[in-house]
Amino acid sequence: MSLTSIIMFLVIVGITLYITYWASKRTSTASDFYTAGGGLKGWQNGLAIAGDYLSAASFLGIAGAVALYGYDGFYFSIGYLTAYLIVLYIVAEPLRNLGKFTLADMITARFDKAKVRGAAALSTIVIVLFYMIAQLVGAGALIQLLFGIPYWVAVLIVGTMMTIYVLFGGMTATSWVQIIKAVLLMFGTAIISILVLWKFDFSIMKMFSEMTTATEDGQAYLNPGMLYKSGINTVSTLLALVLGTAGLPHILMRFFTVKDAQTARSSVIWATWIVGLFYVLTIFLGFGAAAFVGKETIIAANPAGNMAAPLLADALGGDLLFSFVSAVAFATILAVVAGLVLTGASALSHDIYGQIFKKGKITEKEQVVAARIGALVISITSLLLALGAQTLNVAFLVSLAFCIAASANLPVIIYTIYWKRFNTSGAVWALLGGLITALVLVAVSPNVWNPEPGKAIFTGTPLISLTNPAIISVPVGFICGWIGTYFSKEADYAKYSEVEVRAQTGISVNKASNH
Amino acid sequence: MARDNQKQIDYEKIAKMDSFRRLSKKKNRFLWTMAVIFFTIYMALPFLTSYTTILHQKAFGEITWVWIYSMGIFIMVWGLAHFYVGRANKFDKEAQDIIDEYERGAGQ
Repeated sequence: MSLTSIIMFLVIVGITLYITYWASKRTSTASDFYTAGGGLKGWQNGLAIAGDYLSAASFLGIAGAVALYGYDGFYFSIGYLTAYLIVLYIVAEPLRNLGKFTLADMITARFDKAKVRGAAALSTIVIVLFYMIAQLVGAGALIQLLFGIPYWVAVLIVGTMMTIYVLFGGMTATSWVQIIKAVLLMFGTAIISILVLWKFDFSIMKMFSEMTTATEDGQAYLNPGMLYKSGINTVSTLLALVLGTAGLPHILMRFFTVKDAQTARSSVIWATWIVGLFYVLTIFLGFGAAAFVGKETIIAANPAGNMAAPLLADALGGDLLFSFVSAVAFATILAVVAGLVLTGASALSHDIYGQIFKKGKITEKEQVVAARIGALVISITSLLLALGAQTLNVAFLVSLAFCIAASANLPVIIYTIYWKRFNTSGAVWALLGGLITALVLVAVSPNVWNPEPGKAIFTGTPLISLTNPAIISVPVGFICGWIGTYFSKEADYAKYSEVEVRAQTGISVNKASNH
Repeated sequence: MARDNQKQIDYEKIAKMDSFRRLSKKKNRFLWTMAVIFFTIYMALPFLTSYTTILHQKAFGEITWVWIYSMGIFIMVWGLAHFYVGRANKFDKEAQDIIDEYERGAGQ
């Protein structure tokens, strides 16, 4: 580890700790803690959404996937970006108009029942834990590789940092860490991309024509089919990518940090541009790594290709750029796990403790204490799980999180906002049906079972061939919600009137203070 | 405080207003029509790449059609995001008119 690297890391750690200190003085209420008081501007929240979204899996994972599999790696970029249209058109504004701190708040705005809130909080916690283990395992491996420190030390360092941000700085610190990280990430990625383009004389045509001979795959590198051989599996994976985002609790929670639907809207526009431009640049990162680092070197550093971007930075910009990109990757991981801890804490402390156990009879001060304890519990749980999960495939955990989000959360969100007949029974059925189906199908999939020992968690033949079961579990989530609804005679149209009016006009949010 | 004010809003009355019903119908029709369009364009990609080879053909130099289609999706996302904002701002004005109409009625 070079001196430049050490300095870059210390600078990042220093800046983020200073932000946390600054934010801690502004965090006194539960609303400050969970949603930064709802006071973020559109551009700030847009950058923070991009910060939440461009996780290590995006930055390191997609660059690696494009480097190793050419076009097939780029599917992720397309799917993750298109997902924002669903967020913008269908989910963001009604969610902002109905909710307060959590996804469960939004659903219980219509069905004020403990079992609905409990089911929604459960699916949030499951998704957060899977996502977080993925990030922590990835982080541990990356830091271990970069600095040659043991895996468990690396995980503990990341774990301590994320706990400090959330515990003291709440959503304000978390948001600003996301914003700074998003800016640094875009900057680093743009520099590498320019260097790659420079190598190809700034000609896209030349880049593509040289890529046909740069790898041993020749022409095939530029066409689909290198990673995904089965049509139905490709369709299923792309379905999870596009539908998952609109159900990811840590992304949804970001819409409660702005004051109204208009600001929620402008934050999605900001996020769409930032995330989209980043994803375009993943082509240059991937092609550059394949051409100037080489597949053998990338795979030797990490079989999943996660080191492609840092290695490319080293090849093109030497130690300085390598240190910078590694520090950015570290900041990326810290920011994403901090957001996840906060989301998990909100489900645990606000939904389960505050609203279910204390039935909402909880003082402001108790809420803040509960939120901090919740953050500690989520941090420690995920750290312990991550320490035991070192050998798990990171991509599998992330795809599982997306699949559960699309199968359990999205159907209930859409039904709650748009379906008049929907009821409590349907909400519980949709949440649990989607959650259980996704979990069971992944448990019998090739991610978990492989006939060759060591290739997956267990040795054996998988029951289904789909690596991502979204094509089955998403329809099951929707159908469960439908069946559950008709199993019960309950239909409260008056309550739906309120939900519809509030979702469409934002009346209770915008107008309440004017009366 | 906000909680007390919420009780004063007669949501059922607003929900039954003709102007609200019109807005709700128009908005939902717009949202879901657009959603079906962009979802179809997006999901066509894996079907075209997996079950046909039309996107494997070269378009410009060594650039195959699949890259062109993909970039088309990117441009679609940005374009439709801004298109949405334009429409949503109009819907906001109509929603405000409905709230004003309700408040005039409620004051009588």
